[in-house]
Amino acid sequence: MELFQYPFMQRALIAALVIGLAAPALGIYLVQRRLTLIGDGIGHVALTGVGAGLLLNRSPVLVAVVVATLGAVAIELVRARGRTSGDLALALLFYGGIAGGVMLVGLSDATSANLNAYLFGSLTTISPRDLTTIVVLGVALLVTMLALRPALFAVCHDEEYARVAGLPVRALNLLLAVGTAITVTIAMRAVGVLLISALMVVPVATAQQVTRGFRTTMAAAMALGLFAAGSGVWVAANADTAPGASVVLLAIASFLVVALAAAGRRALRRRRAEAATPAPEPHEVVLG
Amino acid sequence: MNAPVVTVTHAAVGYDGRPVLRDVSLTVDAGEVVAVLGANGSGKSTLIRAVLGLVPLHAGSVSLFGVPQRRFRRWHRVGYVPQRLGAGGGVPATVREVVASGRLARRGVLRPPGRADRAAVDAALAAVGLADRADDPVATLSGGQQQRTLIARALAGEPELLVLDEPTAGVDAASQEAFAGALRGFLDGGGTVLLVAHELGPLRPLISRAVVVHHGGIAHDGPVPEPAGHHAEPDHDHVHPHGPDEPAGLWSS
Repeated sequence: MELFQYPFMQRALIAALVIGLAAPALGIYLVQRRLTLIGDGIGHVALTGVGAGLLLNRSPVLVAVVVATLGAVAIELVRARGRTSGDLALALLFYGGIAGGVMLVGLSDATSANLNAYLFGSLTTISPRDLTTIVVLGVALLVTMLALRPALFAVCHDEEYARVAGLPVRALNLLLAVGTAITVTIAMRAVGVLLISALMVVPVATAQQVTRGFRTTMAAAMALGLFAAGSGVWVAANADTAPGASVVLLAIASFLVVALAAAGRRALRRRRAEAATPAPEPHEVVLG
Repeated sequence: MNAPVVTVTHAAVGYDGRPVLRDVSLTVDAGEVVAVLGANGSGKSTLIRAVLGLVPLHAGSVSLFGVPQRRFRRWHRVGYVPQRLGAGGGVPATVREVVASGRLARRGVLRPPGRADRAAVDAALAAVGLADRADDPVATLSGGQQQRTLIARALAGEPELLVLDEPTAGVDAASQEAFAGALRGFLDGGGTVLLVAHELGPLRPLISRAVVVHHGGIAHDGPVPEPAGHHAEPDHDHVHPHGPDEPAGLWSS
């Protein structure tokens, strides 16, 4: 535990916990919408922001927030039009985003180690300024996702109904898009662009193996995210592994454990139910 | 004299340049129960979707409670019951959670639910006979019970107009009866109903007027037509596939 006496480890732990709590709180809406991979796409776009930040000598995280938000809003506008050509537009945006990021990082003085820090996360190099950004944005995100839960649930559950109910559907969708962009950029420093979706989606997938309602799923997913983030950083500190990868692998391990336990419980219940049902009535007709 | 609840004037609607409705006019007055009938693809679902503003009009106009639909803001006066529950993604939701979203139109997005909201949700669940399933995941319910959940969601908002899209399609007899009972309660409270139907079943005695849509126009507006041919046989089983009304968007759920 003595590693956590160092300020850089404390920052790593705090950042991981904030992200572990906030990412599933937003991710649940994306899962409900069947947009689980959108975080990946926005991560690609955020990389261009990182490149621009490094090139301009500005905070890469803040520039990435701006660029990812613009990208997310563009994606949402394409989605809202709901036309097949949107598929192609998304592909252009995603690959343009990652190519732009690689190119801009190359143009700047940054080394490939800098790029790696954003691709795969680098919790231990989080500066006090980065931590402030992560905590402020993470808490704002968490409060918004919790306070607007009924409305966001309605829009993600049945968008047409929400429109007829007069809800500000477009504003709520844009809010989710911006929220996704913010989650992606703050999580980028923790688990990296390539692993962000895992933190938004895997805790939700784990929780819904055993929950019955939306609210309980959200609470359980946030608890699981917190657990994966905390234990991931602890494992990384003690076993000297990459923190981002450790967090994600722990999240996936909890998914496997919970999914297997839930499947086992279902099988047991079915066997009991079968034993309890009486023998079927004899056939009334003979089918030749 | 009060304005009609729904007024459709010379409306025309099309998808991707293919006309679905041309020059349709329809009025629904307060307290009426109007059934929109027609074959698959006749445009009957499109008609109510146009009334709700879910599909844009190419020509003509729609008014709700005397207000042009574009300027209509008091959507809590309208309860919409879609044909079926959207896929809704993989996240489980309880019956109560789905029904509770029916209160949002009345409560607004920012205000947390209060005692009146909870009471209205309980009353709506009781009205459709699902009070004992309130905390079960919606996905574990039968098709008819899911349909009743959607009706409860609309009722929870305490609307004045209910708009229902094929509420009885593929619904078991028990659910149809429960639904007819809920509708009767709604009408006793002074409500107005506009519904699209394929077959009327136990709803038949409740319908005050029928509108038949045929080839994008209104072929009949008056008393409920008597079934003819093999449709009139008492044990006629009305089974045929329901085609999609419109091409699904790539990202629509």
